[in-house]
Amino acid sequence: MAQITICSHLPGTFYRKPSPDAPNFVEEGQAITPGTVIGLVEVMKMYSEVVAEEAGTLVRFEVAAEATVEPGDVLAILDVE
Amino acid sequence: MPKAIRKVLIANRGEIAVRVIRAAKELGIQTAVVCSEADIDSLAVKLADEHVVIGPAQAAKSYLDKEKVLAAATQVGADAVHPGYGFLSENAGFADACNAAGIIFVGPSAHAIRTMGDKAAARTAAMAAGVPVVPGSDGEVSTLESAIEAANLIGYPVMIKAAAGGGGRGIRIAKDEAELCQQYRVAVAEATSAFGNGAVYLERFIASARHIEVQILGDGESVVHLFERDCSIQRRRQKIFEEAGSPVLPDATRQALCESAVKLAKAVKYSGAGTLEYLLDSASGEFFFIEMNTRIQVEHPITEMITGVDLLKAMLKIAGGEPLPYQQSDIVRRGHAIEVRINAEDPDKQFMPCPGVVGQLVWPQGPGVRIDTLLQAQYKIPAYYDSLLAKLIVWDENRPAALARLKRCLEELSIEGVKTTQPLFLRLLATEAVQSGQYDTNWLERWMAEASAVVKPDVLPTGRAA
Repeated sequence: MAQITICSHLPGTFYRKPSPDAPNFVEEGQAITPGTVIGLVEVMKMYSEVVAEEAGTLVRFEVAAEATVEPGDVLAILDVE
Repeated sequence: MPKAIRKVLIANRGEIAVRVIRAAKELGIQTAVVCSEADIDSLAVKLADEHVVIGPAQAAKSYLDKEKVLAAATQVGADAVHPGYGFLSENAGFADACNAAGIIFVGPSAHAIRTMGDKAAARTAAMAAGVPVVPGSDGEVSTLESAIEAANLIGYPVMIKAAAGGGGRGIRIAKDEAELCQQYRVAVAEATSAFGNGAVYLERFIASARHIEVQILGDGESVVHLFERDCSIQRRRQKIFEEAGSPVLPDATRQALCESAVKLAKAVKYSGAGTLEYLLDSASGEFFFIEMNTRIQVEHPITEMITGVDLLKAMLKIAGGEPLPYQQSDIVRRGHAIEVRINAEDPDKQFMPCPGVVGQLVWPQGPGVRIDTLLQAQYKIPAYYDSLLAKLIVWDENRPAALARLKRCLEELSIEGVKTTQPLFLRLLATEAVQSGQYDTNWLERWMAEASAVVKPDVLPTGRAA
């Protein structure tokens, strides 16, 4: 079992859900597949999806919902096979 | 006696905050500006006499927080608040709150904001004033029979629109009765599943439309128009290139259009600067009122360039209790003006926003050139707000000369450190459509799709506009 990081490519605000009254895209401990959206980064009123590139289990988020992020910041840790 | 404004609080940021500060200073009005923690180093904060930090970067916790903005106004002893555009500028509740606190809201009455801010109410007001609106059904069409009946009155092609839709979602087009029969049921089913509400209504479909808007100024009694702006070059329904006047409007149509705007603004006793938006059907030459913006707009400088009227000063004077400083005969249209929006976006990557730190700046200069901007050298552009960095505005005696001046200015302009829309405008200027003025509201996206079919961008982000 190895751990990899999912990083932000953009500066902006990190969201864990698509809209304020929607559930989170994923929860900690959840199994995900390549292409799973784990959050959004809003930059200048544009929302870009943060997508997992590999399958695994999302161990934890490293930033809080609605936190400010910079390019390269680690957003989440993924356990992969 | 008119109560002149002594101190104005600017409840906004960016280039429009700078613009309001400049107008206020020239009128001898003291200026204070609110700012978020992300905007402490902004040009508006540097230029204003005072500033109040009202919260963190997120607009919902700062610029959109009515209580914080009002508290700031009270704190600095402002007797007026200018909301700029966006944020609280069309918030009737905020206008009410200002009035209740004894502070002048620089803009129309809360009643006018409410009436004209509601599309259905604005449409009703327009019809009552005899202003043409896009032909449509009288409210919801609840059966296929009533849809057919309405479509026969409206004329084909028609759009079937979900009452709960918006932003282009929930629309189907039928070119004749057979298609209407087929599409009506689909539209109702789609509206039910997408919006939880199957109500639909009909509207004439205009295949090739131009977006033309009329600038007005009113004082609650008198209203004047300051001619029109053509804002048909849009992407994702956002304007990026605007000109005054419209290159395609015959004088008789221009006159009828502008007079209809005055009539409607008078009907709602409009006070301040406002814009009435119309669609011009390129095929028939008919124009239809669609909505009103009850605030100053991003593209107001091109109107200022062709009329010589300072719209921000006029807003402040009217809000201070002065009667409208102009009669219609004072407003004379001269020459042609164009504005392009220099946004921090990469036009080759689907307009992906590109915040960053600005390096060296070189602004174009010379006669007939104006730059409205928030930029300063070494400025770190915050990622939290919109991507507008600067507006490049040019004026010349006629449209070909203005286009040539715009090209020269775009070649002079240099903003180091970030990607901007500047190269896109140079490419646009080389097109036959822009040179001849023959484009509609869908033209830019068609043109870009054709261009990207030739040059594939290397990244296609899955963004969606807010």
